[in-house]
Amino acid sequence: MLELLTRNPRIVALTALATVALALLPLVASGYVVSLFIVLYANVALATAWAFFSGSTRYISLATAAFFGVGIYALAILHLHVPIALALLGATVVGFLVALVVGLSTLRLRGVYFVVFTFGLTELVHQVLNWWEIKVNRTVTRYIFADVSNVSIYETLLAVTLVTILGSWYVSRIRLGFALRAIGEDETVARHTGIDTTRVKVLCFAISASVMALVGAVLALRYPYIDASIAFNNTWSFQVLIAALLGGPTRPWGPALGAVPLVLLSDYLAGTFPHHFGIALGLCFVVIVYFLPGGVAPLLERTYRRWAAARALGAWPPSPVADRLKARLARLNALWRM
Amino acid sequence: MASSNEEVLLSVRGLQKAFGGLVAVRELSFDIRQGGITGLIGPNGSGKTTVLNLITGELRPDRGAILLEGEDISGWPAFRICRARIARTFQLVRVLPYMTARENVMLGRMFGSEAVQPGRAANEAEALLERVGLGGRAGQLGAQLTYIDQKRLELARALACHPQLLLLDEWLAGLNPTELQTGIDLIRLIRSDGVTIVMIEHVMEAIRALCDRVVVMNAGERIAEGTPDRVLSDAGVMRAYLGADDAAA
Repeated sequence: MLELLTRNPRIVALTALATVALALLPLVASGYVVSLFIVLYANVALATAWAFFSGSTRYISLATAAFFGVGIYALAILHLHVPIALALLGATVVGFLVALVVGLSTLRLRGVYFVVFTFGLTELVHQVLNWWEIKVNRTVTRYIFADVSNVSIYETLLAVTLVTILGSWYVSRIRLGFALRAIGEDETVARHTGIDTTRVKVLCFAISASVMALVGAVLALRYPYIDASIAFNNTWSFQVLIAALLGGPTRPWGPALGAVPLVLLSDYLAGTFPHHFGIALGLCFVVIVYFLPGGVAPLLERTYRRWAAARALGAWPPSPVADRLKARLARLNALWRM
Repeated sequence: MASSNEEVLLSVRGLQKAFGGLVAVRELSFDIRQGGITGLIGPNGSGKTTVLNLITGELRPDRGAILLEGEDISGWPAFRICRARIARTFQLVRVLPYMTARENVMLGRMFGSEAVQPGRAANEAEALLERVGLGGRAGQLGAQLTYIDQKRLELARALACHPQLLLLDEWLAGLNPTELQTGIDLIRLIRSDGVTIVMIEHVMEAIRALCDRVVVMNAGERIAEGTPDRVLSDAGVMRAYLGADDAAA
């Protein structure tokens, strides 16, 4: 990890700078901005966690809401008995374990069967919990008595988001990341090149789910009470999926690029067209998917390459950077001619 | 069967596999000797690829044993078979389309036997690509390669697993005469490095040029076994495999 970091000093410096700036933001920003950023971070973390597994393996999961909700419930139960930090950790572990069981039983399914199963899973967990609450607890709501400030929630989610993105980036550079991509491209080949596909899939599905559960648990700290329909809201699953697709699900930083504009857009639309919010958002989705089928990240990469190529032609910036860019251009050209 | 003075690497014993009512492989037994090239031939649908899928863990046998240096590996998952140093190529060529040639080969090196980290795997991948004739193409995507180059890439990926036994499923099919000669030379080269090879093949020229032994299958059963010359001149094999006209010629 250290070696990877020292090899990209500029990226490390930028990330560190951005982190400090974002961490200090609540000092100057209004309560509204802090709340907006909380939603933003939650979406970015969820979309990144989703893409970490589904983007690379192409097992499209609609179970985001299920793990998110599991995290909310785990916190609601645990925070009455243990300190908040421990409750958050507990929620993460519960999300991991639930996904482990689900993964072992379902990751044999491929394509649309897996999609439908994960969708059904959310509904199943939702209804089972509802039944349990009514039959056993004789109530449908649980109250959250956590006294946590918005700023603390903000900082926690910022940390969770950064760790998720950095973790996703790190994994993309190590063997595990290659294994995930190989599974997405051709699972048979992956198996025959020595990849224990079941283990890789179940493990990464569970890691992804544990982040979702943690995000749910942190957000739950803001709620006065929860019930099953708040916790297991399918909108989360779709919103996260759309954000990841918009950003580019095959890059670790892609989902963030999708989630940020989507959250800002829906916030703007909700404020400006409160009555036609749903219609406006739907229209935006259609336009986005139509014009940006591959997502924002690949588009940005292409633009950057074109920009770099143009600069290389102008022999600026001075070598050795220019030489490197020229070499890249030559490679691109060779690719083209194929 | 194998003569006693040569060591047996892989031994198939009473292998059986049925798909529903169709028995694809029936009571099949044969030995693969260390260091040689064995041809597995037979008409279409005779069960050759099924045998290969059984050996590599893609399918589970209903009955029988597959002994690798004495250890029964039948029913092992494919990844374990690969790590036991049995690598394969696929009848319908399978490269990972959105990975570069380098990354395709790196997979074998990173997850096969004696797995290494990505950095080292990348270096070794370049050397392997060079060896199969894909030098300088490491950065190209799998999907961008031509058919023959995809076949080369698949071979490099299989070699990256450091196999002691390499299973080639019609690896020479669909090549033009020049490419065929290149392919034959390449397989010879791999054998000379001590890799034992089993090749399913329809190209008789290649069988004669390369194989020490040939196992002939028909309808899931072994109908002949021996040196290429003897087996290919066997009248029964001719009839079953090549049809009456070719048998006469």
